[in-house]
Amino acid sequence: MRHIISVLMENEPGALSRVVGLFSQRNYNIDSLTVAPTEDQSLSRLTLTTTGDERRIEQITKHLNKLVDVVKLVDLTEGAHIERELMLIKVKATGAQRAEVTRTTEIFRGQVVDLTNSVFSIQLTGTSDKLDAFITALGESIVLEVARTGVSGISRGEKVLTL
Amino acid sequence: MDQLSGGEALIRALHDEGVDIIFGYPGGAVLHIYDAIFNQDKIEHILVRHEQAATHAADGYARGTGKPGVVLVTSGPGATNAITGIATAYMDSIPMVVISGQVESRLIGSDGFQETDMVGVSRPVVKHSFMVQNAADIPLIVKKAFHIASTGRPGPVVIDLPKDVTDPKVKFDYAYPVDIKMRSYAVPAKGHSGQIKKAVDVLMAAKRPMIYAGGGVIQGEGAQMLTELTRELGFPITNTLMGLGAYPASDKQFVGMLGMHGTYEANMSMHYCDALLAIGVRFDDRVTNSDVTKFCPDATILHVDIDPASISKTVSADVPIVGSVISVLEEMLAQVKASKQKVDEKSLKVWWDQIAQWREKDSLGVTPSEDGITIKPQEVIQAVHAITEGDAYVSSDVGQHQMFAAQYYGFDKPRRWINSGGLGTMGFGFPAAMGIQFAFPDAISVCVTGEGSFQMNLQELATCMQYQLPIKIICLNNRALGMVKQWQDMQYGGRHSHSTYAESLPDFIKLAESYGHVGIRIENKSELNAKLEEAFALKDRLVFVDVLVDPEEHVYPMAIKGGAMKDMILSKSERT
Ligand SMILES: Cc1ncc(C[n+]2csc(CCOP(=O)(O)OP(=O)(O)O)c2C)c(N)n1
Ligand SMILES: [Mg+2]
Repeated sequence: MRHIISVLMENEPGALSRVVGLFSQRNYNIDSLTVAPTEDQSLSRLTLTTTGDERRIEQITKHLNKLVDVVKLVDLTEGAHIERELMLIKVKATGAQRAEVTRTTEIFRGQVVDLTNSVFSIQLTGTSDKLDAFITALGESIVLEVARTGVSGISRGEKVLTL
Repeated sequence: MDQLSGGEALIRALHDEGVDIIFGYPGGAVLHIYDAIFNQDKIEHILVRHEQAATHAADGYARGTGKPGVVLVTSGPGATNAITGIATAYMDSIPMVVISGQVESRLIGSDGFQETDMVGVSRPVVKHSFMVQNAADIPLIVKKAFHIASTGRPGPVVIDLPKDVTDPKVKFDYAYPVDIKMRSYAVPAKGHSGQIKKAVDVLMAAKRPMIYAGGGVIQGEGAQMLTELTRELGFPITNTLMGLGAYPASDKQFVGMLGMHGTYEANMSMHYCDALLAIGVRFDDRVTNSDVTKFCPDATILHVDIDPASISKTVSADVPIVGSVISVLEEMLAQVKASKQKVDEKSLKVWWDQIAQWREKDSLGVTPSEDGITIKPQEVIQAVHAITEGDAYVSSDVGQHQMFAAQYYGFDKPRRWINSGGLGTMGFGFPAAMGIQFAFPDAISVCVTGEGSFQMNLQELATCMQYQLPIKIICLNNRALGMVKQWQDMQYGGRHSHSTYAESLPDFIKLAESYGHVGIRIENKSELNAKLEEAFALKDRLVFVDVLVDPEEHVYPMAIKGGAMKDMILSKSERT
């Protein structure tokens, strides 16, 4: 199963490489990874998606917790949560295709953020599934370039990941 | 408050941390630090002859004393030479602090002379690492490094120090932190009482209970408590290779070491038990025999460990207990004593009768050579045990000789058996024996080695001369990489691919003598005892005892690959 794990860690050099190193060292896979400082500059929040059975995920969270830089973590997929990913996508569209691209973008509630005679740059936010669906809807043949941020997430309701 | 430079602060901080000995080797990046060492007399620095030996010596010191071993090496090749020793300590959870020099901060990343990304290179084999950016951070980082290395599940910590940070011209106000709190590093406290209760209930209801204790018991200073609990319960107990000495080998409840070369009775008891109390162990594949689905098929598994990630890593625990071994054992003992339900004595008697039958196989029985002259390696260990009255510190290298030492020395005390169990590092034994001898100058420090392993760190004969270390090196010389050859005999039709070299062995006696030590060769069984006595009688000399042993000997029992623990080869002609 796919899991989204959010990690609060010391905002220190080397911390990120320890997390990434752990995954390659122990043969766990990372599907996506995003990291940035939090409102408290001494902490970074890292969110990663990975897949594995329950036992593997348990080992992953245990080993992450063991890293000296890791302060706290949560497996967001264990409860109700919100996940978002941002995508910038560049597509080639001329003639009748242009209206089609605009319409599809509207349906997916994306925004056209840049435009030339033949190229659209579109921004879209949502779950990873939604971003995948958007690419399919546009038709892969017209896609020139895709930049995705990887998944970020937060628990629903009262539950928070802070110190 | 004293004004100190980074180099001076490092040495002062080590002293404030209670360090009295460090093992190292100088070079450009650490010259400021060596100058600071020169100008003080509180910390003794031991000059080894290879950085790998510095790490193994510090490791041996740590295994013997329980205190972190400290290593100082230069940047680049000094640092990379230390890696094998760091990995060795990491695999066996040994507390160690390794200080490596680094090129000047301004040169980092420029492929400067003797630059290596030590934090990066060591990352998979350390518990944690630090790169120091300001001299003023040194006291706090040293404090943190020792705290991390020695608490929880111990392990090696690297401190990488750029040369400019130790500059004698840049001084700062030195103060050593009294204590330390890290929000990102918490040491597991006591085990959960409810979980311990569950475990005790299982133990009391068990008909065929078994205790399986490992290195964690020794590292966690739990040997005494384990012995009390085991005696209170009256259960059979086995120790892992890393756990030898956690329970006295001479005690009647001890069924021997388990695993790949464990005794018949230990492995059989493991396989057929219905409740397994596993303490400070990690269900290593050398114990479970590769296929974990066949492991202890009938047992409810109770697993005590300080490292949550160790629990259910390879074998799922039915009752996991996370906590320091000593605190969990203490509470378990109290609960056992207070428990209304008592041990099922009737079933236990039947179980012990079964074990007695298994014991009759005498799986460690030694058959003397037919010619009466050839020495069996096992006989050497038995003789060393007799002469040292079982009270020596015994380090070993890796191979057949290691297994013979583990099987036949019979360790009654913790911290006496010093071996690289996890990484299996040839070349470990001799420098580790130096660390032991430095820690316990009056003790008998024996290194049981093979002619293969010894050649991986023999340069330390010079260090032993410099510091007058009276180590007794017992080389079980079978003229081969014996363990490799054994596997080739058993699995590769006897094709000895690159495992023999009889024609090119050095004369170890002359070699020892060339460093100023004593060498004794033993070739005939009739002289074994007398010559060993002679060696041990030379109390203030290093003696290299080159014992020519039967090169055909194999280590038995041996687990059958892919089988369960009950599946063993017992001799060249017998299997279970
Ligand atoms: C550094 C290192 N290289 C290779 C090995 C693989 N290995 C394990 S045992 C062994 C043979 C050891 O020979 P020796 O020291 O003579 O011991 P013996 O088995 O003959 O008693 C080898 C090569 C190892 N454990 N460590
Ligand atoms: Mg050999």
